Amino acid sequence: MTRFRVATFARYAELLGGHDLDVELATPATVADLIAALRMLPGGAALPAAPLVAVNLNLADHSTPVAAGDEVALLPPLAGG
Amino acid sequence: MPLLSAGPIDPATLIAEHDAPGHGGLVVFVGRVRDAHHGRAVRALEYSAYPAMAEAEAAAILAEASTRWPVQVSACHRVGRLEVGEVAVVVVTSGGHRDESYAANRWVIDALKARVPIWKREWFADGTSEWVDPTAAMAP
Repeated sequence: MTRFRVATFARYAELLGGHDLDVELATPATVADLIAALRMLPGGAALPAAPLVAVNLNLADHSTPVAAGDEVALLPPLAGG
Repeated sequence: MPLLSAGPIDPATLIAEHDAPGHGGLVVFVGRVRDAHHGRAVRALEYSAYPAMAEAEAAAILAEASTRWPVQVSACHRVGRLEVGEVAVVVVTSGGHRDESYAANRWVIDALKARVPIWKREWFADGTSEWVDPTAAMAP
């Protein structure tokens, strides 16, 4: 198992109770595995089925691999400007 | 200026970066905090960013604009809490003529809103607040 620290923001940080979330995944893992683990956290069931995830500052799709050392973030829908 | 600012943005600071003598057409977009959203009175906005990705994505958008049009582009987006009337975002484009400056400016502000990880919380006059979700009902 590999531990990932996942950054999150805005409404999702409120939903999940913090800006930094820890999840453990069996590796090799993908973004889909990460989302499944995040949805198991307290409050996580309220996440959409396919939230935005960034890996190393780029938006990722569900098949994108995640590995130890990657910077991973869970993003609410974008609403700047 | 940096692409994200925790303090007030002065559009003149960005305009001053555009001093190419051949750039006769300069366009400035200033986005300010509005006093209402979907008919509800708004008192303030709070912008929260994923700073590392927001800086990288905004820089990529500016670089892409200057490959699509022969323009110089600069932009700055505010983070933190802003009162009604405060400047939230500024985009400045300059080129030889107005056509490319207007076109690039419009494209950049739309791309910033769509692609940069910045979130907006509205504080209403009645004391409640909500994170804006653009995937929910669209503004009319």
